[in-house]
Amino acid sequence: MNLIVAIFRPEKLNDVLEALYRAEVRGLTVSRVMGHGGETEHAETYRGTTIKVALQEKVRLEIGVSEPYVAPTVKAILAAARTGEVGDGKVFVLDLAQVHRIRTGERDQAAVTPAAKVGA
Amino acid sequence: MTSPHLLLMLQDAVPALVPADTAWMLMSTALVLLMTPALAFFYGGLVRSKNSLNTMMMSYVALGFIGILWALVAYSLSFSEGSPWLGGFSNALLNGVDLAPKGTIPHLLFMAYQGTFAIITAALISGAIVERMRFWPYVAFISVWLLVVYAPVAHWVWGGGWLGAAGVLDFAGGTVVHINAGVSALVAALVLGSRKDYGRQAIVPHNVPFVLLGAGLLWFGWFGFNGGSALAANASASLAFTNTFLAPMATLVAWSVLDSMRTGHVTAVGGATAIVVGLVAITPAAGFVSPVGALALGAIAAFPSYFVILFRSRTRLDDSLDVFAGHGVGGLTGALLTGVFAVKAWGGTDGLLAGNPAQLGKQALGAGVSFVYAGVMTFIILKVLGLVMTLRADQKAEGLGLDVTQHGEEAYGTGEGSILVLPDDVAMAPPLAVPMPATR
Repeated sequence: MNLIVAIFRPEKLNDVLEALYRAEVRGLTVSRVMGHGGETEHAETYRGTTIKVALQEKVRLEIGVSEPYVAPTVKAILAAARTGEVGDGKVFVLDLAQVHRIRTGERDQAAVTPAAKVGA
Repeated sequence: MTSPHLLLMLQDAVPALVPADTAWMLMSTALVLLMTPALAFFYGGLVRSKNSLNTMMMSYVALGFIGILWALVAYSLSFSEGSPWLGGFSNALLNGVDLAPKGTIPHLLFMAYQGTFAIITAALISGAIVERMRFWPYVAFISVWLLVVYAPVAHWVWGGGWLGAAGVLDFAGGTVVHINAGVSALVAALVLGSRKDYGRQAIVPHNVPFVLLGAGLLWFGWFGFNGGSALAANASASLAFTNTFLAPMATLVAWSVLDSMRTGHVTAVGGATAIVVGLVAITPAAGFVSPVGALALGAIAAFPSYFVILFRSRTRLDDSLDVFAGHGVGGLTGALLTGVFAVKAWGGTDGLLAGNPAQLGKQALGAGVSFVYAGVMTFIILKVLGLVMTLRADQKAEGLGLDVTQHGEEAYGTGEGSILVLPDDVAMAPPLAVPMPATR
């Protein structure tokens, strides 16, 4: 059981979601975050005020997956989020101590398996 | 009788200023000028937030470049004496455009009033190529377009040219403004190609309240557009004003019913679109049809535009904000229906319903000629400009959004995480909040 956290470009979100769907990975959380990965800053000017925009908008994706899904999930994100330029982002894979599904009280393996799969 | 613009040329023989007319035209000029910022809100709300400033600036910039070019050259090409095909240079650089009467208002005011039309017509085209065209090439395009497309067509219909002489009715610019802009937009979208995300991702409006605000302000400004096209504070202006009041109402009702039947809801973006389509459609007819005719015209006009929008969005043609469906198709419908509903008793030439089917033919001629001319010339202008400059933003810039890449600004930036660059350029090291020397 792992928690996969990926941070990447917002304009790649749709591509990543599509890739995950094709890899049959379901159930995820997306948030908009600000971050900096060493990419070139751009300047903005508002009347006499010039600023360097150091933090870029990024998207953070969190998915809890069971063992067989770790590799396909990482692979899908790596392929879909890549542009080849500095600032493409990172994928972190973390160990998970416990997972609970709030609705049913199921835990761990059962809790990260999508409801549809359990029913089937 | 043809358009009031032509009528005015004939009246030049007996010049006298009428204060009431002058007052109304001063007001109308300001009203029509407001339509360009209104359009900026209408278009700006329909795009994604990362392109909203760029989209709005595409309208605003026309106020500068098109306005100046109009005063210096295009007014003369449109309205000064020349051939039936194009005006001359006798009024270039505002030469002879003075306070003497043209019709019953000062010549200078007439020039300014017509200039507001040129500005918004050029800005209308931008809706087809938003979110992907680079800014300077866009400015170059609308500037050349004004001289090569707008000025000749305005001359043909209003400036004493051959379409006006042929009896084509265009009260306030269904042909000159809307068919012209709509077709040019269609061709521009084809030449530029679709946005990289078009048809792959959901691209949805980022601020629907802006769209409604823009539509409302457009309606308000349109009273000057149509009411002012009488060029006098008279009965014809009152008719055009009232028809501008009535027709979009009918379009809004018809559109709401269509929307409701198709999606189960009356949508806000649909309502705003309906208002604009109704305004476009009544434009050529405003001073020529009865108020009941205007209601019928407005209601009918909802149908072609509604279904062209539905059809268009299922194709690869990325006329992003449906300028063609709104203005091209709406203008075409209005121009043709003018030939159906026009009645002599209300100031027009009798149309089809009044027993003169020939008028419908004339309307089709005017619309058809503008359609072909604007389409072909827009294609040539863009192809030639494309040889000397890159028209499209690259994929990366398109992904980041044109606000940051074209203008170096963000519409909804918070400044969080940004570093202030001080003028003496030594302040890159922290602390960042060092105040600037007061002497600077």
